[in-house]
Amino acid sequence: MPEKSGAEILIDGLIEQGVDTVFGYPGGAVLPIYDALFQQKKIKHVLVRHEAGAAHAAEGYARSTGKPGVVLVTSGPGATNAVTGIADAFLDSIPLVVITGQVSTLLIGTDAFQEADTVGITRHCSKHNYLVKDPAELAATVREAFAIATRGRPGPVVIDIPKNVQVATAPTDIKSKAAQRFHPAGEAEYALINKAVELLANAKAPILYTGGGIINSGPDASAALRELAELSGAPVTSTLMGLGAYPASGEAWLGMLGMHGTYEANMAMNQCDVMLCLGARFDDRITGRLDAFSPDSIKIHVDIDRSSINKTVRVDLPIVADVGTAIRQMIDVWKGRKVKPQPLTEWWAKVKGWRAVECLNYPASKAEIMPQFAIERLYAATKDKSPIITTEVGQHQMWAAQHFHFEGPNKWLTSGGLGTMGYGMPAAIGAQMGNPDALVIDIAGEASIQMNIQEMGTATQYRLPIKVFILNNEWMGMVRQWQELTYESRYSESYSDSLPDFVALAEAYGWKGIRCDDPAKLDEAIAEMLAYDGPVMFDCRVSKKANCFPMIPSGAAHTEMILHSDEVSGTMDDEAKALV
Amino acid sequence: MHIKEELAERHVLTLTVDNEAGTLARIAGMFTSRGYNIDSLTVADISEDHATSRITIVTKGPPPVIDQIIAQCERLVPVHKVTDLTEAGPHVERELALVKVSGAGDQRVEAMRLADIYRARVIDATVNSFIFEITGGPDKIDTFVTLMREVGLVEVGRTGIVGLMRGSGAS
Ligand SMILES: Cc1ncc(C[n+]2csc(CCOP(=O)(O)OP(=O)(O)O)c2C)c(N)n1
Ligand SMILES: [Mg+2]
Repeated sequence: MPEKSGAEILIDGLIEQGVDTVFGYPGGAVLPIYDALFQQKKIKHVLVRHEAGAAHAAEGYARSTGKPGVVLVTSGPGATNAVTGIADAFLDSIPLVVITGQVSTLLIGTDAFQEADTVGITRHCSKHNYLVKDPAELAATVREAFAIATRGRPGPVVIDIPKNVQVATAPTDIKSKAAQRFHPAGEAEYALINKAVELLANAKAPILYTGGGIINSGPDASAALRELAELSGAPVTSTLMGLGAYPASGEAWLGMLGMHGTYEANMAMNQCDVMLCLGARFDDRITGRLDAFSPDSIKIHVDIDRSSINKTVRVDLPIVADVGTAIRQMIDVWKGRKVKPQPLTEWWAKVKGWRAVECLNYPASKAEIMPQFAIERLYAATKDKSPIITTEVGQHQMWAAQHFHFEGPNKWLTSGGLGTMGYGMPAAIGAQMGNPDALVIDIAGEASIQMNIQEMGTATQYRLPIKVFILNNEWMGMVRQWQELTYESRYSESYSDSLPDFVALAEAYGWKGIRCDDPAKLDEAIAEMLAYDGPVMFDCRVSKKANCFPMIPSGAAHTEMILHSDEVSGTMDDEAKALV
Repeated sequence: MHIKEELAERHVLTLTVDNEAGTLARIAGMFTSRGYNIDSLTVADISEDHATSRITIVTKGPPPVIDQIIAQCERLVPVHKVTDLTEAGPHVERELALVKVSGAGDQRVEAMRLADIYRARVIDATVNSFIFEITGGPDKIDTFVTLMREVGLVEVGRTGIVGLMRGSGAS
């Protein structure tokens, strides 16, 4: 039988999985793989500037295309640099396959040059990981890794390959089947679906609380959600990760819920009588104080991961299933039985009352650009282009979630679970690679953008016309906001001092740089950004002191929402301080 | 402010897992990283082809935490089956301990007498020491060890618990 090297078997395995793009960075322990890459044409390699960038770019690629993202990095520092992205993908359930080089099997455990225990380090921030010690195992390992990364609740899988395993040869037994030991949930039991439909149909105040699971389940799940919302007449809210699954222009849309969610979404969660949670996980950013969370509702929870059920909130009807399939089943039962929902006029009247609060209003200004205004104008200028939006982490991220509106899935890429500053630009690069014709914009903060600013070079090299729209408030705004709320405005290390000149920086990298600090000129400047055929860094100088509201302070109930900055108190008790 | 703790229950879990490198680290590490307790843990290869191992874990936690522990174990790729013996109904638990005592005269006689009552076997003896081997439920072994403290306990080695469901069913 013909033999191939481990490196070649790996490349064959990637091609077999339909991989067309790999984000990576070379080094000693992956040179054989890089050489095999060099000698083929099917896979394009994107050279990042830092391995964290590779992992986030792969996340952006995955989230925007629905395909797994692939990362290739060297041993030791290459692998440790990628860990943040792996952990990020783990918390946000993003399918990644991360290939790391390792020192030769003969050297493992000897503190060899560039040796790190990659499998040990990533064990608890990956869905699964492997140390492959024999090239004959590689083909099956790659197949299983892709199956695990993409099926069930998606997540990152790490394959650590020692250098001698890349060089050694093995028979090209490419047809060997992957071990079938991974059995994700699929359909729900019909008894549970019937029960769920019954509860929903008899509800007087139902709500659909949706999350990133719907995006992960695929576009069909989003389509099914729209249909279920229509049939049931229930209002719909979503977590940060689920934005776009239900269209923001849809009548049932309440906006995002949770810490910086809308008043109507949080009040409706609090007062509903039946809550149908679809692919969300009752995260602490969503629930606020647990004992006050939606106290009188019957809770139905559909999740593909059994461990998400009853983790923080006890539910009445758990359904372990793929959320898209389960929604489709509910629709079938609903239509088959010609179910008539309760009239929800009273419930909607309440919702209308909450909506009238207009919680997203903010003090307008003619003198300076309000950050919310900047997002609104960016949205107005781009909504017809169906852009892909990535973000960094902070106030700007929350303002983007509140004031940018999404009509479809896979358009909103943000680091929700881990909250990783520095995610947005590499994610935009990955998204642009996967969607060459799309308009891709990273809504950034001036502090976050500096965490992976080196990736500007990657965008230049591959001529990726991404737009980085920095809401520059000269502060780590979100940190400052918490310091105002909790620590009597003692601004400990939250000022963004010594900022670079972002326009000059853009030019240094061969980008276009634009600066704007005048609300009257903003539209024009945004138009200039959009008209430019290449990467643009937009330094949008916004109000320095604006804060993000509404806000449920940590440890507070949904009903204790702060709507405006004049309600902000200066200090908190220790119980509240201890909650992040 | 004080850190609150909830009332914990003791549960015996058995896991059927792939016998491959890293499985034990994956499970034990998951317990540590999520803040779960492990009172004891035993592993042994149990299948003819050496492909499968059985792990018995004794853990403590409030019921919702136990439920999470089981779900988190099931989420691991090499874990095929998790059974909560404590919930599953009647089951047996056994542990083996080796207990060394040293002493002379009355103390030595008393140690022998107690060992006899507890059906511990002598597996090593010198003029001034014994090693007893005792098997039983964890309570029996705890009691025996406590008694041995009075009569010259030197050291103890315990295997941790293994358990099976009573009757013909498999866990
Ligand atoms: C890697 C990382 N380090 C620290 C934090 C904590 N953190 C959250 S938001 C924030 C400030 C972000 O500032 P900026 O990017 O300017 O955004 P703004 O809040 O001002 O919009 C910090 C430091 C984080 N989320 N990620
Ligand atoms: Mg800022």
